[in-house]
Amino acid sequence: MSALYDEIQVMRAQYPESLSAVMPALQLAQERNGGWLSEQAFRDVADALDLTPAYCLSIASFYDMFRLEPTGEHVIEVCTNVSCGLKGAQQVVEAFERGLEMRAGETTDDFTLRTVECLGGCGWATIVAVDNRHRLHVQAEDVPRIVAELRGVEWVEPDDEADVDA
Amino acid sequence: MSTPEIVFAGCNGGALTEIADYEAVGGFQALAKARALTPDDVIAELKASNLRGRGGAFFPTGMKWSFVPKPDKLDKPHYLVINADESEPGTFKDREIMLRVPFRFLEGALIAAHAIESTHVFIYIRGEYEAEFEVLVASLEQMRAKRLLGDVTIVLHRGAGAYICGEETALLESLEGKRGQPRTKPPFPAIAGLYASPTAVNNVESITTATSVLELGGEEYAKLGVENSAGTRVFSLSGNVVNGGNYELPHGFPLRDLINDIGGGIADGRTLKAVIPGGSSTVVLTADEANTVTLDFTSLVGAGTAIGSAAVIAIDDRCCMVQLAVRVSQFYQHESCGKCTPCRVGTKWLTTILQKIEDGRGTQADMDLLVSVAERINGKCLCPLGDSDAIAVMSYFDKFRDEFQAHIDEGGCPFHGSSSLDQLLAPVAMHIHEHTPVHA
Repeated sequence: MSALYDEIQVMRAQYPESLSAVMPALQLAQERNGGWLSEQAFRDVADALDLTPAYCLSIASFYDMFRLEPTGEHVIEVCTNVSCGLKGAQQVVEAFERGLEMRAGETTDDFTLRTVECLGGCGWATIVAVDNRHRLHVQAEDVPRIVAELRGVEWVEPDDEADVDA
Repeated sequence: MSTPEIVFAGCNGGALTEIADYEAVGGFQALAKARALTPDDVIAELKASNLRGRGGAFFPTGMKWSFVPKPDKLDKPHYLVINADESEPGTFKDREIMLRVPFRFLEGALIAAHAIESTHVFIYIRGEYEAEFEVLVASLEQMRAKRLLGDVTIVLHRGAGAYICGEETALLESLEGKRGQPRTKPPFPAIAGLYASPTAVNNVESITTATSVLELGGEEYAKLGVENSAGTRVFSLSGNVVNGGNYELPHGFPLRDLINDIGGGIADGRTLKAVIPGGSSTVVLTADEANTVTLDFTSLVGAGTAIGSAAVIAIDDRCCMVQLAVRVSQFYQHESCGKCTPCRVGTKWLTTILQKIEDGRGTQADMDLLVSVAERINGKCLCPLGDSDAIAVMSYFDKFRDEFQAHIDEGGCPFHGSSSLDQLLAPVAMHIHEHTPVHA
């Protein structure tokens, strides 16, 4: 049997009833499958827990963090709930749209950009989750630096005078 | 005003993530004290403390534990389930508790397990809280190495992004491996909870505070705070203030002082317009109302609102209240589990009507329709998610009706694109955009 199968059995043993392991099993399968759940991933989880793939899909489709389509290499999620909104979250979203040349909701090979509901960091707005790690106090002017970092290119602070000369 | 730290005691602004550091400030003495007491005596301490639930419902913690039948009365295991699925907009206190005082939280879990005579503890932690999850994993490892768990098993169970799972019966469904949809109550979880067994479901801050109650003694703890609202509370302050963050204060603290003194006042030289005092599902306060209330159960109920999850959102004069209503309603629409029709359909209708008004397409009849839809949601569902949308939105409508009316009269938003929430893209709106061709 596969490593995934064996690991799911360990999870299963933590619970009095094995059905409880379906969420952690799906989380693991998603992680092993590059961040999304393919048909094969559902079959694997179903086999490991004696469930049907359809049941596993019914669970995955209920929860926002399960992804049913491939994601980009980096997933960028901007909270646009009230507290972040009051502090300029929309400007942050638009800065990412410009920097990544894509619209919120879209996916490329390199990036998935989406807006999400409250990430629970309201006092440190705007919260941006980059590959599930929360960046705090993000402002629109911070976005080019984050984009450069994720693209693996060196970030050069724009020189105001050079801009004027150009 | 002196502000004793109970939840964050011993932190000195930092974090107690090494077990030796926690022990150096008296860590695990409360557990030893509790284990030397009978379960009934532990519950008596909690009752004496007047500690009430910090998740939002403010239910007395000791009483909740006392509802769990004694093991000899039922041939079933007992469970303690801790709700770490913090996701009420505005609320971010539990994550800081888990990051900074993980051992005080886990110590409280063991005290609670002893009180209800359970050896099975599940901590349901929000999926988005990855760093917090890792801190708990590391903390549990340190506790196991010191054999502090005794015969208790603690399982960390990660959520996967669903606000509704903060509702206790939806949380239990989710923990059982189902879609997180609320159950009919009764039976209450204390009688038939996880796997239909007696279950106590408590919030992270309540459990962490239980440690302090045992440390101080129930009667001492009850002396903190004000009548009907004992002890301290971790207030999450956000919105248009200079210094957002979590602040532990005694109940009864003036809301005005939290915003102006501790929060540094309203940012960018603006003026305060409104305050959401207890998370996005609570009734909004106007600036005048906010200046008169104190942060406790009695004062806020007296002002027609609630302390909720103690999440204070300050809103300045740039914000269009119709846009605020749209955004709040979009959230509840997105998070409705779909089980009860009034919520599933009603939250969508509220959002649609509000958006119509915001866009300048609203008529006088839409104002009446808004009220009518809200009335058809309120109190008609298994859980309060739909009610939250109706209550919040109607409070903006009632207290800022002139602004709603101006949208109708002017045929557009009177803020003319200058509101702080202008064009804010919600996940719900994004789903619609995905199926709409982009304008050239």
